[in-house]
Amino acid sequence: MNNDRTFFWRKLHSISGLIPIGVFLFVHFGINYTAFYGEEAFNNAAAFMGNLPFRYAMELFIIFIPLLFHGIYGIVIARDAKNNLTTYRYEKNLYFYFQRLSGIVVFLFLIWHVGTTRVPAAFGAEVNFDMVANLVENPLYLIFYIVGILMTTFHFSNGFRTMLITWGITANQKSQQFGKMLGILLFLVLSGIGLTAIFAFV
Amino acid sequence: MSEKTVHMKITRQDGPFSDPYVEEFRVPWRPSMNIISALMEIRRNPININGEETSPVQWESICLEEVCGACSMLINGKPRQACSTLIDSLAQPITVEPLTSFPCERDLIVNRERMFDALKKVKGWIEIDGTQDMGPGPKIAENERQKAYELSKCMTCGLCFEACPNINQRSSFVGPAPLAQVRLFNTHPTGQMQAEERLEQIMGEGGLTSCGNAANCVEVCPKEIPLTQSIALLNKETTIYSFKRFFHK
Ligand code: HEM
Ligand code: SF4
Ligand code: FES
Repeated sequence: MNNDRTFFWRKLHSISGLIPIGVFLFVHFGINYTAFYGEEAFNNAAAFMGNLPFRYAMELFIIFIPLLFHGIYGIVIARDAKNNLTTYRYEKNLYFYFQRLSGIVVFLFLIWHVGTTRVPAAFGAEVNFDMVANLVENPLYLIFYIVGILMTTFHFSNGFRTMLITWGITANQKSQQFGKMLGILLFLVLSGIGLTAIFAFV
Repeated sequence: MSEKTVHMKITRQDGPFSDPYVEEFRVPWRPSMNIISALMEIRRNPININGEETSPVQWESICLEEVCGACSMLINGKPRQACSTLIDSLAQPITVEPLTSFPCERDLIVNRERMFDALKKVKGWIEIDGTQDMGPGPKIAENERQKAYELSKCMTCGLCFEACPNINQRSSFVGPAPLAQVRLFNTHPTGQMQAEERLEQIMGEGGLTSCGNAANCVEVCPKEIPLTQSIALLNKETTIYSFKRFFHK
């Protein structure tokens, strides 16, 4: 009788933001950060990732499919909202709005990001330090990166905060305040790592 | 005659399908006036700011003490109860509009049926006797009673619907208040017997998962119902129930 699978898909959307996409974000930022130690360190780390076993299967099932699912469903969810920040200037409402805005910006950023890295790689270009360094030589592209990184770190950190609510972990005011502090901490740490990494290519 | 007056800008609508228009009024000020007493003044003497006679402005109010939920409207752009909003606390001119989340019947009267339908959907009641008297139900623990009492203060006023960004023409979200009521009836010792049915009702399209955690509802609720807390706890309960349903039931 019950064919409504909304609950399942919504929960899958929520968890997919953390596992695998969030976990991948950490790995990705970790690799990027090696650029801070120099070109060689980054190239080694990138080569290590590129040579992992089952690489294509892992890319498909850990990155592309979850990301497409989360992103496309996320846009569907965002379309449900009629944002009302002008009337209701409350902190959480601002986060609600930015969660949707950042999701859409991240979506566009990732299309560009994949298009300028994985797509050329598929046609034989080598993914290495120079590839990124050549991109960020152009100030416009550097700005794309900075915006993309900050939008991603905000989206993930705030998403982590709301995820604690979505799964009923933080319910009362005190714990939700604690969740917010965790989110802010995540945002600062991840943004620090991400920005340090991209400026290492400049 | 330099009496103090109250300047009101009221959004009016002659019927469910008519176009809204704004009419302004200036009514004599009295101490401790609230929005309802200002509206009553207009009803007593329905003359607008241009001195023209007009139809009295229609509104709904019952209790006049913020317990019935009938007098919800937008006052200076914010959703509030007209009976507990004092004129002296507001900047003039005071704008008064009907809520936008519900269909307007006339002037400031809206049809909140959407909320009552949602309460029916989630079985917002306690099933008591069947065809015969089933005797007294189990007792409720005092600490549970205290929590339940807070939830029971909801007056279905609809302010939380008005403020929620996920309630609009495009969405089918059941809304914050009915979700808190699920928690109320699921904590009641007799109501608990239908707890899973209520959870089942809010796990479909437009149910609990349509909440996007904007939390405007708790900001505007005049009865300080712990809406976000109720939603988070239901998130936990529905998740546990979903596993039970999948593996055991
Ligand atoms: C590709 C574009 C993306 C879009 C359009 C998007 C959209 C959204 C939207 C609209 C929500 C809110 C869902 C709700 O309130 O029910 C959300 C939640 C979330 N997103 Fe994304 N997202 C994207 C990418 C990402 C990425 C890259 C990550 C991780 C690094 C991520 C992690 C999360 C997390 C953790 C949540 C919280 C889930 C919850 O509250 O239960 N998202 N996303
Ligand atoms: S929860 Fe609060 S705002 Fe919502 S209907 Fe009940 S009393 Fe009104
Ligand atoms: S008249 Fe009952 S709440 Fe205002």
